[in-house]
Amino acid sequence: MMAASQQPDLPDGPPDPAGRDYIRLQDYSFFYGANQALDTLSFSIPKEQVTALIGPSGCGKSTLIRSINRMNDLVEDVRHEGDILISGESVFHPHIEVISLRKRIGMVFQESNPFPKSIYENVIYSLRVSGVRRKSELDEVVERSLRAAALWDEVKDRLYENAFTLSGGQMQRLCIARAIANEPEIILMDEPCSALDPIATGRIEDLIYELKKHYTIVIVTHNMQQAARVSDRTAFLYMGRLIEYGETESLFISPRIPQTEAYITGRFG
Amino acid sequence: MQLDPNTVSHNRNKGETLVWLSASGLGLALLMVLFLLGLILVEGVQVFWPRDLVLLELQPETDSLAGQRPFLAGSIVEKPGNPGTGSGEWKLMVGNKDLYGTAYRFVPEQAILGRRPAEDLVVAERVEYGKAIFFPLHLITPSGERIEAGDPHFWKDFKASIDDVRSRFLAIQDLERNRIGALNRKIHSLERTRRHLLRQQRDGIEVDPRHLEDIEISRDALEEQFQELAAEVTRLRREQEAGSIHYRLASGQEQTQPLGNLLDVYRPNRMNVFQKGAFFLERIRIFLTGTPREANTEGGIFPAIFGTFVMTVLMSAAVMPFGVLAAIYLREYARQGLFVKFVRIGVNNLAGVPSIVYGVFGLGFFVYFLGGTIDQLFFSRDLPNATFGGGGILWASLTLALMTVPVVIVATEEALASVPRGSREASLASGASRWQTIERIVLPAAAPGILTGLILAMARGAGEVAPLMLVGVVKLAPDLPLDATFPFIHLERKFMHLGFHIYDLGFQSPDSESARPMVFATTLLLILLVIVLNLGAILLRNHLRAKYKTSTF
Repeated sequence: MMAASQQPDLPDGPPDPAGRDYIRLQDYSFFYGANQALDTLSFSIPKEQVTALIGPSGCGKSTLIRSINRMNDLVEDVRHEGDILISGESVFHPHIEVISLRKRIGMVFQESNPFPKSIYENVIYSLRVSGVRRKSELDEVVERSLRAAALWDEVKDRLYENAFTLSGGQMQRLCIARAIANEPEIILMDEPCSALDPIATGRIEDLIYELKKHYTIVIVTHNMQQAARVSDRTAFLYMGRLIEYGETESLFISPRIPQTEAYITGRFG
Repeated sequence: MQLDPNTVSHNRNKGETLVWLSASGLGLALLMVLFLLGLILVEGVQVFWPRDLVLLELQPETDSLAGQRPFLAGSIVEKPGNPGTGSGEWKLMVGNKDLYGTAYRFVPEQAILGRRPAEDLVVAERVEYGKAIFFPLHLITPSGERIEAGDPHFWKDFKASIDDVRSRFLAIQDLERNRIGALNRKIHSLERTRRHLLRQQRDGIEVDPRHLEDIEISRDALEEQFQELAAEVTRLRREQEAGSIHYRLASGQEQTQPLGNLLDVYRPNRMNVFQKGAFFLERIRIFLTGTPREANTEGGIFPAIFGTFVMTVLMSAAVMPFGVLAAIYLREYARQGLFVKFVRIGVNNLAGVPSIVYGVFGLGFFVYFLGGTIDQLFFSRDLPNATFGGGGILWASLTLALMTVPVVIVATEEALASVPRGSREASLASGASRWQTIERIVLPAAAPGILTGLILAMARGAGEVAPLMLVGVVKLAPDLPLDATFPFIHLERKFMHLGFHIYDLGFQSPDSESARPMVFATTLLLILLVIVLNLGAILLRNHLRAKYKTSTF
């Protein structure tokens, strides 16, 4: 514990000496036209842990998480500086195809957004677009993904019904199943529980706890308790800057920066 | 702070006015549309109902055309007031155009002395000169037997001989139109090939003489068939001459007509409601399935229905892919900048270009340029006769497709824009390419909106007339664009169209009074056709909406 909590607590920490850093930002800045959304961020996200991004609205959490799988490419008139590395390889490297990059990274959104298709088709969407046709393989993926998303028992008898027949919490778990169907390395979650009731939220949080055994998870959340419950590390962003980053426990119990304390105790934000 | 009750009510009144204003705006619009539709519906349906006849006794010498006796028979079209006392004029359909000159007559109410019994009056539909309204005197059957009108068998025998005549008439029509027409086309095609070969021979190109011989042999065989059919037609025509009906008009003139001139006879004043209903349905059937007669004022309008339908379907088939692809590029791929903005403004403005301008463009580009080039390349042996180089259903459909493409583009763009961002992002984040996202997620979700665009385009295209007059619509097309002769779909053929039919009947007909009922009936039918096409598209849209519903909340 000591080794891990020494250096990475610093916002501009060097690579994790334990060699566990997996996603690494290097002086990463991002601009919407003339507006700077992210300001020279540098930190590492370790493998097979849950990293929470917290901060007030508009602080750049979503922009950051969407930079990792280059979803920001779709927005017009944006640019970035610096770099993001996954396993030491730049996501912006000309050799990296954005489609294959996104196949390695699953994403779960704030609004549960299943496709207007059957539950089965929703889960295997990423395999369909990769051209997988073998029925046995697809069946296997559906069962594995739905089991991993803790949804299998609820939907196994109605796989061919429209996904919109599910409840809100089930839909969000279906989206998680869809995100992991391709066996990605990383799962990005952008406020996955903000539209859910407490019970559904609890189930998703349990699920995140299970999933981190196999996946590196980055989660954006507005909910301090949730960040404290599910994450191993927490990064606090404010106005596009990384204010504080470290082990969740130490950040919440003894924040070193007064702004962090003010935010997590609810005095602003 | 206390609320002043006056202010409150004043504010509410202010809002009320707007509500009332908008409601009356809608009311007025609805009223106008309902009035128009109601007029067309009533007038259009009435055409087929057998109206009762009246026999009017007039003051002598009021109507110089009424003949020896001051009587006039016909059905009342307009009746503003009562006989004797009114100051208006009754409008009567008196038929007998051959003797009276016109089929409609205005009679001053002052001049009407009274109505007389008219049970024996007979209406006859004729091959020429429209209807005849008369008192029958005697019938000479085809076998030469003479039956007086008072004879109890008279009406039955008369009806029976007219039924024979009608079936022979239809047989002659079938022979002339279809079988002789098909033979003629074959003979012409052989003749063209022969001439082409001869021309080549003259130009010094080696031609197999056996080939020429074969052509001549098969042509002679066809000629023989042609002669047989022609003889058959002549025989049938001669049969049509046998037998006659002798009758007297209400105004006294007597006339004899060969039975072959009559297509149907009925006595409306002796028919009960059910008989009239059956007659009404039969007339509608003939109207829908028959071919036009007498400068389109009589008979059916099936070729025009079929032409309109085929043209609309072809237009939709052409406009959908073009419009949808253009909209996909504009919305999904093009960089949203000044240029795209200008393109969009341009597309919107195209919808405001007068349709006749599209017609001129279609004539210049499709007919003369594209059609002319196709003729040069593929149908050079038929020149100087145009194949594709003249107006035709393909060019008309493409012209209308061009005209309606802005509608589809605008509607598709809106539909694409309304697909939830979340669905696109989820698809892209799953590793789908842009095109895969469009194909699998965006297009299915946008399909209902795209279909709405198609519905609007169809409604506009099916009712359009002006551009069609330049690119292929004709008053009377001898052949349908689809038939049983190879290659079955004849896209180069000229066609008939309901909209043009209305214009032609109403404004180009030599006897616009007789054409009037047909104008209403045709208008009603065009509206019904548009409604049917739209309903089809709407049902499809609702089906898709239910399938791709994206909200359960």
